[in-house]
Amino acid sequence: MQREKMEYDVVIVGAGPAGLSTAIRLRQLAIENDLELTVCVLEKGSEVGAHILSGAVFEPRALNELIPDWKDKQAPLKTAVSEDEVYFLTSPDKAYKVPNLFVPKPMHNKDNYIVSLGNVCRWLAERAEELEVDIFPGFPAADVIIDEANVVRGVITNDMGIAADGKQKDNFEPGMELIGKYTIFAEGCRGHLGKRLTEHFKLDDNSDPQHYGLGIKELWEIPEAQHKPGLVIHGAGWPLNESGSTGGFFLYHLENNQVSVGLITDLNYSNPYVSPYLEFQRFKHHPQIKQYLKGGRRISYGARAITKGGYFSLPKMVMPGAIMVGCDAGTLNFAKIKGSHTAMKSGMLAAETVVEALSNGDEGGQTLTNYVERFNASWLHEELQSSRNFGPAIHKWGPYIGGAYNYIEQNWFAGKLPFDLHDNSKDHQQLKNKQQANKIDYPLADNSISFDLLSSVYLSSTNHEEDQRCHLKLSNADTPVTINLKDYDAPEQRYCPAGVYEIVTSEKGEEQMQINAQNCLHCKTCDIKDPTQNITWISPEGGGGPNYPNM
Amino acid sequence: MKILVPIKRVVDYNVRVRPTTDHTAVEISNAKMSMNPFDEIAVEEAIRLKEAGIASEVVVASFGVKQCQETIRTALAMGADRGIHVETDVELQPLSVAKLLKAIVDKENPGLVILGKQAIDDDANQTGQMLASLLNWGQGTFACGIKVESETVVVTREIDGGTQTLSLKLPAVITTDLRLNEPRYAKLPDIMKAKKKPLESFNPEDLSVDITPRLKLLEVTEPPKREGGVIVDDVAALLDKLRNEAKVI
Ligand SMILES: Cc1cc2nc3c(=O)[nH]c(=O)nc-3n(C[C@H](O)[C@H](O)[C@H](O)COP(=O)(O)OP(=O)(O)OC[C@H]3O[C@@H](n4cnc5c(N)ncnc54)[C@H](O)[C@@H]3O)c2cc1C
Ligand code: SF4
Repeated sequence: MQREKMEYDVVIVGAGPAGLSTAIRLRQLAIENDLELTVCVLEKGSEVGAHILSGAVFEPRALNELIPDWKDKQAPLKTAVSEDEVYFLTSPDKAYKVPNLFVPKPMHNKDNYIVSLGNVCRWLAERAEELEVDIFPGFPAADVIIDEANVVRGVITNDMGIAADGKQKDNFEPGMELIGKYTIFAEGCRGHLGKRLTEHFKLDDNSDPQHYGLGIKELWEIPEAQHKPGLVIHGAGWPLNESGSTGGFFLYHLENNQVSVGLITDLNYSNPYVSPYLEFQRFKHHPQIKQYLKGGRRISYGARAITKGGYFSLPKMVMPGAIMVGCDAGTLNFAKIKGSHTAMKSGMLAAETVVEALSNGDEGGQTLTNYVERFNASWLHEELQSSRNFGPAIHKWGPYIGGAYNYIEQNWFAGKLPFDLHDNSKDHQQLKNKQQANKIDYPLADNSISFDLLSSVYLSSTNHEEDQRCHLKLSNADTPVTINLKDYDAPEQRYCPAGVYEIVTSEKGEEQMQINAQNCLHCKTCDIKDPTQNITWISPEGGGGPNYPNM
Repeated sequence: MKILVPIKRVVDYNVRVRPTTDHTAVEISNAKMSMNPFDEIAVEEAIRLKEAGIASEVVVASFGVKQCQETIRTALAMGADRGIHVETDVELQPLSVAKLLKAIVDKENPGLVILGKQAIDDDANQTGQMLASLLNWGQGTFACGIKVESETVVVTREIDGGTQTLSLKLPAVITTDLRLNEPRYAKLPDIMKAKKKPLESFNPEDLSVDITPRLKLLEVTEPPKREGGVIVDDVAALLDKLRNEAKVI
């Protein structure tokens, strides 16, 4: 198909903290150096922020460098962290408060802010537009353009108006080619183009397998008497430890009597009966958590995977004509459970590299190895390097001993112990056969603290145009039944936080997989956890997906 | 012939809204805002009339906060020619909007005003009708078909159980129903072009229109929660419940 083309100096995919920081830094440097430089950002959400879901305790280090006068420019960093508590939930009603002294240093949150990362992105987008960046929300990058010379030349946006049966509808609009001297991929965790590039350019050949967690979060409005603005609570233990799974929870008190509460389930869990959603629902009943939520009302719900492999899982981030930044590459610092400041910094470093190249007469399409040098010389590298063992320690030894190791390494040796811990297992290969696993009896929702799945999905405001091609592609249509159902009792029914996958019985009495793609939250878990990697997430029509307001 | 299309910036139809804690309004902070879907249909129809050579210019107008300009840009990206924004932070009620529109009509002299039949936020379904009577023009509401002839416009209306076809003398006011057309997607190059299309901005005072709200909103509440169902053991239990609990038989 002949497609229309638009050219930019730099094309950025994804308007999260990484993509927007890249855009802003590019234009700042262009103006400083009197360089003509056009920049555009594609975003699949209906608007900037619509698909952003995070905690979030925000470390302003990168923002201080990017926009030093962010306070005057009214950045939505309104609630400073005032108190920091860490708990180990030892049973459904008991908790052990970890004395401050024993909390690993990276988990302290002095000088940080509790924010809605979505709103921070909305604000960053305004700054970018002031600098003449063209931002196109509602336009997913559907494909990468790689030329005969194996150079990334840009991306193609989604075709719009194709019916479920593949026919063009009346309002069909073909996608466009966006051509850039350089393309920056900033799609966040498990970007579907980032995944393709990693395979194509073998970017992860020399790194450990990437690891992921699924974060499920709700925003609550709670009675004023229970609200302590600035209080940050983290912890681990129950209920995930009952099934031998790991992960962690957070509860942050924001402004306006709101709290953000969430549970991150590590996606290397092995019991196929684990439902991260129901784990989260029962977790909220722990008295340590419920004391804040009771009498409140839930105002939003959503889910998103996080990339948490850390230092040893970082792929090669440069390839001909492109750089991969932020969580698309995997820059999250798992010891701090923070990825937004590192995503921003990686984007800023990419911008500096690109401007340096272009101002030296580079015509684009090169492999910018300078990026790696900048990366290695920055605080970002130092930060990721010093917490390199954190995730592997917990994976290897579980939260107790792994946690103790982390305490000693981080507090006594500031992350400088001369060991490296590697974790070479792959998340999707960890599921046990259903015969070897115990079913889990989850309590019913009480409709005041815990809720059923569909009422939750409703609160995410997700939607997709109904008559379009399914954006969850199965490589083999039978696998969901012949392998997933037979061996693992169809775990996608439980790990999908939006109820997209459902085993139904056909009129002929055969069991089959039904995909309710309209409900998808774009969390990417199915693409990560499917035991045979049979599910590939591709971008649906623009504007589809959740519409998170303050997440 | 010039066509005027008023468009409203409303909370997106996908966003699940809720009352504010004090029940005085609907909570929309940081919620996704979009063009009212019925207005999108109106813009689409106007552009089609222009593409068919019937209309010479499509002018869109939006009233309200500064960000209404984004909504206007969306219409310009679809293919409208220019925009008019009347900026105010005052809550605008249908009569005020109709009066502002009349002032714009007096300036612009369009041959046709096409509006959405109602806005999905307050569902008032009044502005088109009020405008027609302020202008003393004919009105064709709930249109699912529009055919412009030399001096008249034939409007097919959705009514209970069927359609009704009217012939109106031009100039006229039309309000759109859902089935009139399916709006197009804006293309990237058109979004870029839209940034450069003319957009005029006024204050309500410039147009000498009094927009003081006349209706007072008393309260916004959530619909009552549906109670969970129960499964009864047998017909006798069902009858008992219907008779003694629900008291319907
Ligand atoms: C539950 C949870 C809690 C967290 N808590 C914290 C915390 O407290 N502190 C902290 O610092 N970090 C936290 N993080 C991590 C943090 O949110 C991420 O590290 C950060 O958002 C990564 O930024 P990014 O720009 O790389 O990607 P993202 O924020 O994921 O942004 C990517 C953007 O790209 C868009 N996109 C993706 N693919 C395409 C495509 N093909 N075309 C167009 N657009 C596309 C997406 O819609 C999205 O808007 C948390 C994460 C989760 C899930
Ligand atoms: S279908 Fe996949 S990406 Fe979508 S919500 Fe479910 S697990 Fe997440």
